[in-house]
Amino acid sequence: MTNKEEPALRVALFLTCVNDTLYPDTGRAVVKLLTRLGVDVDFPAAQTCCGQAHYNTGYRHQAEPLARHFSDVFGEYEAIVTPSGSCGAMVRELYPRIGERARAEGRGDGLARTLAPVVQRTYELTEFLVDVLGVTDVGAYYPHTVTYHPTCHGLRSLGLGDRPARLLAAVRGLDLLELPGATECCGFGGTFAVKNPDVSAAMGADKVRNAESTGAEVLCAADNSCLMHLGGTMARLRTAMRPVHIAEILASTEEEPWS
Amino acid sequence: MSGTFVGMPAFPKAAHEAVGNTTLRANLRHATHTIRDKRAKAVAELDDWARLREAGKQIKDHTLRHLDHYLVRLEEAVTTAGGTVHWAADADEANRIVTGLVKETGESEVVKVKSMATQEIGLNEALEAAGIRAYETDLAELIVQLGKDRPSHILVPAIHRNRGEIRDIFEREMGPWGRPAPEHLTDAPAELAEAARLHLREKFLRAKVGVSGANFMVAETGTLVVVESEGNGRMCLTLPETLISVVGIEKIVPTWRDLEVFLQTLPRSSTAERMNPYTSMWTGTTDGDGPDTFHLVLLDNGRTDTLADDVGRQALRCIRCSACLNVCPVYERAGGHAYGSVYPGPIGAILSPQLRGTASAIDASLPYASSLCGACYEVCPVAIDIPEVLVHLRERVVQGGEFTRHGAKVTLKPARGHAAERAAMRAAGMVFGRPGLLRAGQRLAARTRRVHPRTLPGPGRAWSATRDLPKVPGESFRDWWQRTGGGQEGEA
Repeated sequence: MTNKEEPALRVALFLTCVNDTLYPDTGRAVVKLLTRLGVDVDFPAAQTCCGQAHYNTGYRHQAEPLARHFSDVFGEYEAIVTPSGSCGAMVRELYPRIGERARAEGRGDGLARTLAPVVQRTYELTEFLVDVLGVTDVGAYYPHTVTYHPTCHGLRSLGLGDRPARLLAAVRGLDLLELPGATECCGFGGTFAVKNPDVSAAMGADKVRNAESTGAEVLCAADNSCLMHLGGTMARLRTAMRPVHIAEILASTEEEPWS
Repeated sequence: MSGTFVGMPAFPKAAHEAVGNTTLRANLRHATHTIRDKRAKAVAELDDWARLREAGKQIKDHTLRHLDHYLVRLEEAVTTAGGTVHWAADADEANRIVTGLVKETGESEVVKVKSMATQEIGLNEALEAAGIRAYETDLAELIVQLGKDRPSHILVPAIHRNRGEIRDIFEREMGPWGRPAPEHLTDAPAELAEAARLHLREKFLRAKVGVSGANFMVAETGTLVVVESEGNGRMCLTLPETLISVVGIEKIVPTWRDLEVFLQTLPRSSTAERMNPYTSMWTGTTDGDGPDTFHLVLLDNGRTDTLADDVGRQALRCIRCSACLNVCPVYERAGGHAYGSVYPGPIGAILSPQLRGTASAIDASLPYASSLCGACYEVCPVAIDIPEVLVHLRERVVQGGEFTRHGAKVTLKPARGHAAERAAMRAAGMVFGRPGLLRAGQRLAARTRRVHPRTLPGPGRAWSATRDLPKVPGESFRDWWQRTGGGQEGEA
């Protein structure tokens, strides 16, 4: 797939079911970005869903076959990269817990052992760029004002820290504006958004108001689930801002601007 | 728990009203953000915070693992020091014991130190029914009591009230309860505090019986500890002849030395102070100094059942600092009353359904009163992984299973009202188990996207009432990948 002479790093893209179905542009951006950085990206077509919605809503036992499926699909790859903080956290933080619970229920440590390899090899996109590839300047060009919302699972479960901000700061033409109350949740929370719609909507509206107060054109995040909630809120509030996934900004170059 | 909350609607319904109340939203936003920022500064001052947090967690876990041993040790130490220990399995038993003890003294009124345990069991109402009047002496509790209101926060129970509302309550209600508010009372904090001071002083000097809880009980010495800011606690703990303390069995620490950890983490987490103004410690009774009769009522009320759950038991580490309330975006918008318990916020969402069970509408809805953002876990000074317990309790709600209630194993049925969700999860599981089915579904959605509605009917309205639906693209990623050979054959 690549013409480079050096043996390229071969990784699997775990796009997530939400991105695959609703945000294919983000997937294309990740492929473009990683290919540009010399990574040989594969998209194992058998991938479906990590089981996060099942697990977080209380259906852990139904999440188990999805976790096993994930391990079947991705088990052979050296690295698994995902452009989603929450799905990344599902694999990294919650798959071990699913294994532990199975053990606590007297079903042995088979599930924990099955899941262990994918737990160790899964990276959120910005983490993969900064920690594995060792780059913060990915050669991107994006002449817009941007404010960044660190999504909760990326921030607190994965500990992404300032990696996304460092990547954005290195993008030429990009003006990064600080988001007030950045670490506060946007109110998506998976099924929380429909189980507690009033509180969820109030949190979303507050986040959008904070983002608007920066005067930025773009609200950026590393998770399209949160951006789906915020984008839907922005559209309803008739905000001029638009939501953009960080992969699409990092994929953009002067020669090939991203949409 | 207290009967006060019986019949509460489920959380989303209760929160609906709070979200629409702009005064309440503004009061809560201001108060929680102020204390949240102060806490962050107070915690950042200590370079060993992470170690203190880990130590607090380990001390509590160790104590809980050997709770039977430490409780007996505490009973011996308290008895040796001149106190009397009573054991209460539930709220009714605790209320009966306390009411009986007060009646034995022949008194018909008691002064109270702010205490979560006595609120949990509805002690004031039980005493009232027995003709005994309980006076709350903590300023915020006084406001709540005079206002015939319910507490909405663990540390600052009147957080939902502003100064104007408090002035009105004092003017209207202090008279019927004792010394009336001074004339021409304004809403200046100093004036409000002085009015409360004058009103309460009368009670302190007259009271023969004090009722308290405790923040900590030291097993090795039998010492009880109350941590407070106003000095009302010191008054109630030292002036009356009889002191009755109602304390949850999880409040034990093994040794005096263990207090070193919690007396650092508690004030910084709760009031954002390096040290709280008043720390009262007493060990049984001392001749000629303080109360000459001391009773300790050890309260279970669902704690042993909670301890039986290997995931949920970490909730018993809680030292009631309320840092989790102050950082919680859901609490900030829904307010404390929506949680239908004296324990609101994230900790309440994992404590109430464990102490009370998940049978009622409110208790079955509390595990879902969170976006799982994790801010609560981050600030918790004893590292309670609240999101983990929330998800665990969601599982209990939708799946049922075997749990401990009143010390016996019971099998819970799955809660009602989750049938459609369960079916949807099963269907999703089926689709996600077969990539071909997922692809078929994506293609169907793409083909029909021009006729997708902008808003959804039925349960879908919960999303589309305030948010546009995402637009379904003409082609899924997997179809693009297959068609272009991984993007190598050019874009279409």
